[in-house]
Amino acid sequence: MGVDQPLGENFITASLDGLVNWARKSSIWPMTFGLACCAIEMMATGASHNDLDRFGIIFRASPRQSDCIIIAGTVTKKMLPMIETVYEQMPEPKWVVAMGACACSGGVFDTYSVVQGIDTALPVDVYIPGCPPRPEALLYGLLKLQDKIMKDKNSFGSTIGLGQRLESAA
Amino acid sequence: MAETNRAVIKLREKFAASVLDVKEFRGEVTVTVTRENILEICNFLKSSLAYNLCTDVTAVDYLGKQEPRFMMVYNLYSIPNKDRLRVKAGVPEADCTIDTVSGVWKSANWLEREVYDLMGVTFNNHPDLRRILMTDDWVGHPLRKDYPVQGPDREPYKGRLS
Repeated sequence: MGVDQPLGENFITASLDGLVNWARKSSIWPMTFGLACCAIEMMATGASHNDLDRFGIIFRASPRQSDCIIIAGTVTKKMLPMIETVYEQMPEPKWVVAMGACACSGGVFDTYSVVQGIDTALPVDVYIPGCPPRPEALLYGLLKLQDKIMKDKNSFGSTIGLGQRLESAA
Repeated sequence: MAETNRAVIKLREKFAASVLDVKEFRGEVTVTVTRENILEICNFLKSSLAYNLCTDVTAVDYLGKQEPRFMMVYNLYSIPNKDRLRVKAGVPEADCTIDTVSGVWKSANWLEREVYDLMGVTFNNHPDLRRILMTDDWVGHPLRKDYPVQGPDREPYKGRLS
């Protein structure tokens, strides 16, 4: 409200927010980025049988064209700087999906070389358990991400430079 | 059987003082030698006995089990003769060095870097002794038995009920 969000709480902005959110959730472009066996399931989810394209989810080969990164696999300490670089190269708004036990918590790899959960480095929006999660689980997680994007507040206002986008908690 | 192995006979002739032990297990012959002569012996094995392929270089940590603490292991293969030989050499913890054999077999270069990275054995005269698997700024050698498996700066996971 007020100075910070002049377009915050009225009918018009609500619909414009809805329009922007709808456009964003209908065109989640994830980064083509696989780390371990979870990436195989991610590819299976993208292939014709499960077909991510029908949700507008199209894998992009460059972080500059992506707005979502699916951390699909075990993150080693050696790989972490590259993941952070790729994440920083993605334009706002951007979302992170932690796919599988390793990305969520380190999984069975309670070892010296493995990062104990990607949430120690990146802000994770959706956690998908499983080792690896089935394509249905990844699909469900991405649908949850769509629900979350739909709940964003002031997404139109932030786009035209008025205030910040307010992300919903869940 | 091991005594009639062509390499064992030749090594016993030429390096009688350096061959410490010869063993055979399921047709695999293992020769333990002194680390001071490893370069000469490897040169001889390649040039005279045609062990022209170094399939693996690795190391074992016998912490608290036997002395010397580390054991270098070289797995060799002779393509013309179609036979294998394993050469071992003990490396003590106090002077954790051994001569490089990367001049004999090029393939030993990165394998020795791996041993240096994970076990902390230093190779004399190695052309490029850097870490190969861990990051450059890593402290310690993770495959040593006294290296904590979850890393030095973290408690191990003891189960969610503890």
